[in-house]
Amino acid sequence: MAKILVVDDSASIRNMVSFTLNQQSYETVEAIDGSDGLAKAQNQNFDLVITDVNMPGMDGLTLCSKLRLLPGFKFTPVLILTTESSSDLKMRGKNAGATGWLVKPFNPDKLLTTIKRVIR
Amino acid sequence: MSIDLSQFIPTFLEESFEGLELMESSLLNLEQGDDETIDAIFRAAHSIKGGAGTFGFNQVTDFTHEVETLLDEMRDGRRDVNPHDTDILLKSVDCIRLLIESARDGVVCDAPQIKTTFHAIEALLKREESDALGSSQATQVNDQDNTEQQTIGWTIELIPTVEILQTGNDVLRLFVALEEFGQYEAQVNLDRLPALKDLDPQECLMSWVLTLTSDCSADDIGEVFEWVEDECELTISPIFAQEPTEPVEAVTEAPPKQDDCAVNPASTTANPVATEPKAPTQNVGSIRVGIDKVDALINRVGELVITQAMLKQIGNEIIDVDDDRLTRLREGLVQLEGNSRDLQEDVMRIRMLPISFVFNRFPRMVYDISSKLGKQVELKLSGEATELDKTVMEKIGDPLVHLVRNSLDHGLEGPDERIAAGKEPIGTVHLNAYHQGGYINIDISDDGRGLNTEKIREKALEKGIISADQVMSDQEVNELIFAAGFSTADAVSDLSGRGVGMDVVRRNIESLGGHVALSSTVGKGSVFSVSLPLTLAILDGQLISVAGQTYIVPLVSIVESIQIQKEALKAIAGEQSLYLYREQYIPLYSIRNLFSLSPKTSEYDEKMVIIVESSGNKYALVVDELKDQQQVVLKSLETNYMAVTGVSGATILGDGGVSLIIDIKGLAALKQQLPHNGISHQLLQEECA
Repeated sequence: MAKILVVDDSASIRNMVSFTLNQQSYETVEAIDGSDGLAKAQNQNFDLVITDVNMPGMDGLTLCSKLRLLPGFKFTPVLILTTESSSDLKMRGKNAGATGWLVKPFNPDKLLTTIKRVIR
Repeated sequence: MSIDLSQFIPTFLEESFEGLELMESSLLNLEQGDDETIDAIFRAAHSIKGGAGTFGFNQVTDFTHEVETLLDEMRDGRRDVNPHDTDILLKSVDCIRLLIESARDGVVCDAPQIKTTFHAIEALLKREESDALGSSQATQVNDQDNTEQQTIGWTIELIPTVEILQTGNDVLRLFVALEEFGQYEAQVNLDRLPALKDLDPQECLMSWVLTLTSDCSADDIGEVFEWVEDECELTISPIFAQEPTEPVEAVTEAPPKQDDCAVNPASTTANPVATEPKAPTQNVGSIRVGIDKVDALINRVGELVITQAMLKQIGNEIIDVDDDRLTRLREGLVQLEGNSRDLQEDVMRIRMLPISFVFNRFPRMVYDISSKLGKQVELKLSGEATELDKTVMEKIGDPLVHLVRNSLDHGLEGPDERIAAGKEPIGTVHLNAYHQGGYINIDISDDGRGLNTEKIREKALEKGIISADQVMSDQEVNELIFAAGFSTADAVSDLSGRGVGMDVVRRNIESLGGHVALSSTVGKGSVFSVSLPLTLAILDGQLISVAGQTYIVPLVSIVESIQIQKEALKAIAGEQSLYLYREQYIPLYSIRNLFSLSPKTSEYDEKMVIIVESSGNKYALVVDELKDQQQVVLKSLETNYMAVTGVSGATILGDGGVSLIIDIKGLAALKQQLPHNGISHQLLQEECA
């Protein structure tokens, strides 16, 4: 089953995303901010990365652009969790190499249907 | 498919309250240009908003959204940091807290300050209103639906860019997602494909035309292709019933809005730059577990330690049996002892938290109270990293709040009075925490006017706490403020005089096995010193034996154990005895007499003196015999039996017997209760002969 990296500084969001994915037997690894996420990505490969934008240390967009530089992550889908649906932010996400975005408030059903667009 | 997320609400609440605390403390220290702090405050608000939305706490979401907007303006530098805004933000923190509490309890919050604060924020944002309108219009996507007619399906033309794969998107997966809507046929166009030898597998050179049979809307399809709209040319055209697949009205996805990103270049570029040079946060990964699980673990380890003590005892009984296997068993038992001791220490450390958890609430409190009282106060905190058990911490918060309030209200003078007294107009309250022995000490000192001993005496007389002819030292009089039913405030203010007196403070501290002392100098200020045991769960004990009974003296309070010296005994008035210890006479207590045990039976009894110390005073305890030192698990006597003066608790020993733990402070009280049971000096003299 697909292995997913979940990056969010909020434990509740992180837990909820993982919980939802685990229910569908996706395997998840959690990271508490961008730096943690990057460190974890350097050690193992993932089929999908879901990351928050606003985080201490390294934000999600920086994480995304750094991930794209790793050989194993050139084609890996990276989804940005965001509360804003402004096109400005989407543009910035695209520039950082993000695949797509998930608009908060976090909705478990929506998460599951949308990630099907990028992983099996 | 529906997934119940309510199990995550407690985590969200805990996290939100922590976030609010962070917002509060950061706001109090906020200065212009401190981007990192503003960013942290913004993130906290942002997380609360996001979580609240998920759980449907709409009141929280709506309110926090406004706060977030305001913070965002500050973060982008569009708004200055000024005391007025900070004040409103501080009030908002309170409001969000109220709203979250209401959401938790499932009620609608209608506290009046919510509305006033909300309007205050709105008023602040008004200035930017026109801008906000403009941008929200710009982001609005045209969603007029031209497909009211009977459509039976859609023709989707997809020409991806060459680089589409490098964004992590995969066309195949998009097609799979389309299957949700109905059946489709795909025609692939391979015209752009080069010869195999020139093919770069990282590029996508194919394009497709799909015919989807479905009653879904154009928006549904658009949503599937939402993430790739900039990486492809997409044309979605309806197929009408009984009509050829002629694209009639094309709904073209909005092209990439290059100008949008030019509108706000500052935010695009400033963000990564601003976050880059940040110091690495000391994130040592952590997990959150319920305190009940930790408590269960601590109890379990306690039981394990008892079992280990039992095994050790059996090991000692077979020490003279010469068998190789038993020798190895004993070696194993020694290891077990070391390991279980380490395990217990580690487990106890799980529950240890820095006192900053309690100290953090004070900056805000001092800010609020001092502005209410019209006093200028500087709050100093030191020793915030000093750790203590969470269970102790939970109970010490309120007494400390009361002591700090007391210092602000009664201790410190207003600026005029301070200047008149030749002091700095800004008063200081200092909270200092440090470890001492097995205790944590917290000193609350102020440089105010000090206690007015005369006024306290008058008040105590008036309240009938003392009688007119009572001779008391100034210190004794000052300590009357801890007496029940005492309050010095001329008018009961809503700060200190909340019907909770200093007597309650002292009682609460003492019920934790702690102690509060005060010292005061007129004109210079007062110091309240609170000392508390670090943990309520375990104790290093010295086992002693008196009249065949085993007692435990807390190891932390033992200074020295010596053989009794006849010459060192000294009688004073009544039946009191003193013991000369290092050129200092200290009170001498006999456990045998104090606990009314059977008289001594052998000349070897009462040969040992243990010198113990408690709140700065030394005492000599006469006992029969010193035994093992052992870590013991405290079991409350109060919950299992009843409070007994002179005994702080009980424990179970290795042999399964129950042993009482001696409370040194309590012994002095016991001595006063039973003066006739004091040690007979003459008897002792004879016995030591």
